[in-house]
Amino acid sequence: MKKFKLKKIDNKKKTFLYIFMIVVIYAIVMALTSAGIINRYYNGILITVCINLILVVSLNLTTGYLGQLTLGHAGFMAIGAYAAAYFSKTFMTIPQPFSFIIALLIGGVMAMIAGLIIGVPALRLKGDYLAIITLGFGEVIKTILLSMAIIGGAKGYIGIPRVTTFTSAYVFVIITIVFVCLLIKSRHGRAIISISEDEIASEASGINIVKYKIMAFAFAAFFAGIAGGIYAHYMGIIEPKTFGFNKSIEILVMVVLGGMGSINGAVIATIAITILPEMLRSLSQYRTLMYAVTLIGVMLYKYDPRVQVLMCKAKMFCAKINPFKRKEAK
Amino acid sequence: MNVLKISNLGINFGGLRAVDNFNLEINEGELVGLIGPNGAGKTTVFNMLTGVYAPTDGTLQLGGVKYNGKTTYQIANMGIARTFQNIRLFKNCTVLDNVKVAMHDTYRYSVIDAVFRLPKYYRLEKQMNEKAIELLKIFSLEDYAESKASSLPYGKQRELEIVRALATNPKLLLLDEPAAGMNPNETKELMNTIKKVRDEFKIAILLIEHDMKLVKGICEKITVLNYGCVLAEGDVETVLSNKSVISAYLGD
Repeated sequence: MKKFKLKKIDNKKKTFLYIFMIVVIYAIVMALTSAGIINRYYNGILITVCINLILVVSLNLTTGYLGQLTLGHAGFMAIGAYAAAYFSKTFMTIPQPFSFIIALLIGGVMAMIAGLIIGVPALRLKGDYLAIITLGFGEVIKTILLSMAIIGGAKGYIGIPRVTTFTSAYVFVIITIVFVCLLIKSRHGRAIISISEDEIASEASGINIVKYKIMAFAFAAFFAGIAGGIYAHYMGIIEPKTFGFNKSIEILVMVVLGGMGSINGAVIATIAITILPEMLRSLSQYRTLMYAVTLIGVMLYKYDPRVQVLMCKAKMFCAKINPFKRKEAK
Repeated sequence: MNVLKISNLGINFGGLRAVDNFNLEINEGELVGLIGPNGAGKTTVFNMLTGVYAPTDGTLQLGGVKYNGKTTYQIANMGIARTFQNIRLFKNCTVLDNVKVAMHDTYRYSVIDAVFRLPKYYRLEKQMNEKAIELLKIFSLEDYAESKASSLPYGKQRELEIVRALATNPKLLLLDEPAAGMNPNETKELMNTIKKVRDEFKIAILLIEHDMKLVKGICEKITVLNYGCVLAEGDVETVLSNKSVISAYLGD
């Protein structure tokens, strides 16, 4: 009889491949920067990509894996941004790398607390109602920030130390992605995915769904807060209107385009959607039009059978040339 | 010693008395059938037993402990597992993951163990995998372990649901129409497996079923529900020859 063999829990070769890719991408960017090919403009785009990646991967935790539609992710980002900025401006004396890291963590934790406060009542709702309440939450945060004179109100909060570099943003992207990947491949991640698959069956299998919904929500808020902190320390000035409904939708679009519950897809979609408007800058007034058409096109043809066949073929091709193919047991 | 004791269970949906004065005792290792015409309230009883509906009156006891008012997941962790009338698998997860979700409470490690991949994570995941494969072998599903649950044929999906229920380590297993949509051969196979499960795991089983062949074949005791009331109960032969039971099924 053939002996049945399971896949290893973590594939070592794959882990090394990912580490290798992380290092190579960083090395390439650094090399291009020192060669002067990546100027300040491109550097800005790269940092924006990093910020968006953190936001998208964290939102993927709630919308993709947990399957709950939330429209207030920019609200958490705003809390993180303002909390981190406030800390940095108040404690200017702390030497720089530490101050920045502490500021980001404070931003993350504040957003996480907000996530818990909003999550406990909100996650008892489902579907559209949850979407509406989170949408409302985002707007409430924006309005509160607008009315707080101590952090600049509508004029914006100025004079934040501009300490974000590509390196720091990149490090936090890696931390976010690794965290989400490792969490998902554990009993906690399985619980989260099972909730999106079938809430009733998940509860009947002994999963505390309220706890896991709040957990996913809180982690997502934490990373959104960190992204906000990075954003604040990159721009040097933040205003409440940046963190409006449009920002939330922009993040959601990236999650949906990348395929909900897929980290690879989310990363590709984020990079594409962040860079696309910049690439289309030469088309001047048609830029936003092209952006919209591209989005609609992807939505329309994503599930087209012809495209699906192409994707399948591509997948088979990848499997053929995959150097880490599992050897068939004889 | 009885595993489950239900006394005077009843529930109202608005003005409708869906289940009234329902009593049942299930002893260790017993196979009990719950039958009745459509709309008699059988699934409602299941939903009350698992905390999906809160009963209006009556008490529920598992192993002598009253568990009214507990939430569904707490009841599941106390030792009542169930399957559903319309299959509810985690369709996009692998067969193995479906089973491992149900082991959530048995093999515990924290988020920190998971995110930093501490030795405890690997140890428990390995144990989980081994246990899951062991359970899948009962229904010889182990070859499907890494395929998507939705890709299984219908009969296998039903069996996987039973495996998932067993993975929670139950004292009492509730099966809601396990043979629905199966052909006679599959039903026969299922009957043997249900018996085997009962003998091997020494658990009590309560099942809802319309297939009388299955009920006659494996149940030691049956209870008949009609319009929310118990019509008859006792051993299979007496109940099935009871006049009021026949008239409830076939009309006068």
